[in-house]
Amino acid sequence: MHARKLLVLGVLAGLAILAYMTIGARGNWGFILSFRGTKLAALLLVATALALSTLLFQTLTSNRILTPSIMGFDALYVLLQTGLVFLLGGLGYAAIPADAKFAFEVALLTGAALALFGSLLGSGLNDLFRMLLVGVIFGVFFRSLTALLQRLIDPNEFAVVQGAMFASFNKANTQLLLVSGALILLCSLLAWRKRHVLDVMALGREQAISLGLDHRRELFTGLVLVSVLVATSTALVGPVAFFGLLISALTYEIIRSQHHGDLLIGSVLISVIVLVGGQTLFERVLGMGGSLSLVVEFLGGLVFLMLILRKVRA
Amino acid sequence: MITIENVSFRHGKAPVLKDISLTIEKGGITALIGPNGAGKSTLFALMARLLPLQTGRITFDELDVRQSPSRELALKLAILRQITSIASRITVREMIGFGRFPHHRGRPGNHDREKVGEALEMFDLGDLSGRFIDELSGGQRQRVLVAMAYAQDTDYLLLDEPLNNLDMHYARDLMKQLRSLADTHGKTIVVVLHEINYAAAYADRIIALKDGTVAAQGKTADFMTEKTLSAIYNMEVRIRELDGKLIALHHA
Ligand SMILES: Nc1ncnc2c1ncn2[C@@H]1O[C@H](COP(=O)(O)OP(=O)(O)O)[C@@H](O)[C@H]1O
Ligand SMILES: [Mg+2]
Repeated sequence: MHARKLLVLGVLAGLAILAYMTIGARGNWGFILSFRGTKLAALLLVATALALSTLLFQTLTSNRILTPSIMGFDALYVLLQTGLVFLLGGLGYAAIPADAKFAFEVALLTGAALALFGSLLGSGLNDLFRMLLVGVIFGVFFRSLTALLQRLIDPNEFAVVQGAMFASFNKANTQLLLVSGALILLCSLLAWRKRHVLDVMALGREQAISLGLDHRRELFTGLVLVSVLVATSTALVGPVAFFGLLISALTYEIIRSQHHGDLLIGSVLISVIVLVGGQTLFERVLGMGGSLSLVVEFLGGLVFLMLILRKVRA
Repeated sequence: MITIENVSFRHGKAPVLKDISLTIEKGGITALIGPNGAGKSTLFALMARLLPLQTGRITFDELDVRQSPSRELALKLAILRQITSIASRITVREMIGFGRFPHHRGRPGNHDREKVGEALEMFDLGDLSGRFIDELSGGQRQRVLVAMAYAQDTDYLLLDEPLNNLDMHYARDLMKQLRSLADTHGKTIVVVLHEINYAAAYADRIIALKDGTVAAQGKTADFMTEKTLSAIYNMEVRIRELDGKLIALHHA
């Protein structure tokens, strides 16, 4: 039953990719395919990274509402960018070689994410609303630090920061495809190998230990994967607050399985359908290339509100 | 054999367990009783490595709880917690199937499926096997969790208030099944009970915890005295013999 659903999703994802590559193409096919192919690769990587990181995070924390970005990760990314501009100046910031900046960002974000999530989970904080509260507090803290730095920055240089503050799916940083591709592929393979362990982790800490897992170690390695995935995707397209949540909610709704074998594949396919399909629709059909992130964030935000309200009532 | 040596535990500043030492022989049923807040669930959590030991030592046969790999311990002991949070969209069969995880690590074989089938039948869950956990009554859910611990097929079984939510019929069924697990399969069962008469009827030994210390322990027949029970619960408990069984009158 799940195999059939996954097949349908696979076909839909394939169609979305086909549409993205061909609709509205005129002129030299060789050029179009390589030009669009590069952008497509970036979209696929981001779709995979966001889907997997959200799913893993939710499994490790045994919740289906919180995501890394809701826990303050996005705010941290913007703070990092602002900090760099503040320290180096706008020109200096622009002069950092793309791959060096990428390596630095991924390393720093991974470290920060581990510190953030690790301290939250290590303290045995497993109550959803308390975690949410802590995440919100971290977010506010990072944002006020950012606001403070932005006040100190030259207004001209502020524009540079603003560019980094919003996600843009159609201006993905294509110079970094190879490195980020390798990282994301590696993380995906590791997650896939851990799929049975993830099934047990989803039962919660006590069950996982009783069933023979080294819970601390699994939690830590899982969080490393989450951190690298989020950091990589953020470095590619910028922060996306609610996209991951939209995808995970759709995945649970459509796949209706607790096997991570099904969930991992399903979430990536759904993510590709939404991202590549949506980008095709907005860029090629509606002619509004930049709007997809806004729409996706809006929908994801609605889903978030819905889930929280449902939880409050339950 | 389970040995507990000089185990003390504090939740924050409050001492919950005070220098507990116990040995529980292999085989048979040991009932753990005591007032609310005595520390029974905390002791279980320490035995099952769900809380870190602060002082002292706990071993199951040759396995030291603090040092042994989690998986080896999962093949040695299974635990039913007093309160379990359950992921909702899991079917009864899948949930019980997780009990087999320590054996197959994600790739269940025929033997694992047989064991799950056996657990379903034993705890009268066959008709519910396809239902989601969150669509069950409290008592049905309790039976699923016991069945899951059973499916784990370990030498030692720790059950924290397994009779919670069970009606008279299923409570008696469960106690009889525990008895047969101990008698015919050689399992060692430690069970927290609140109804002293279940302990009197089914346990080989009784251990009473009170205020974080061992207040009394002994073979069931020796343990069941008016003096002991009255002291443990701070109230008058009378004991009568009926059809050759000791009955504690404590409810009125
Ligand atoms: N997580 C906790 N934090 C602080 N105190 C706790 C916690 N869990 C239990 N306690 C306290 O420890 C004592 C023993 O609790 P517990 O082991 O659950 O008792 P029992 O199972 O015998 O009723 C109680 O006084 C209880 O309030
Ligand atoms: Mg208790």
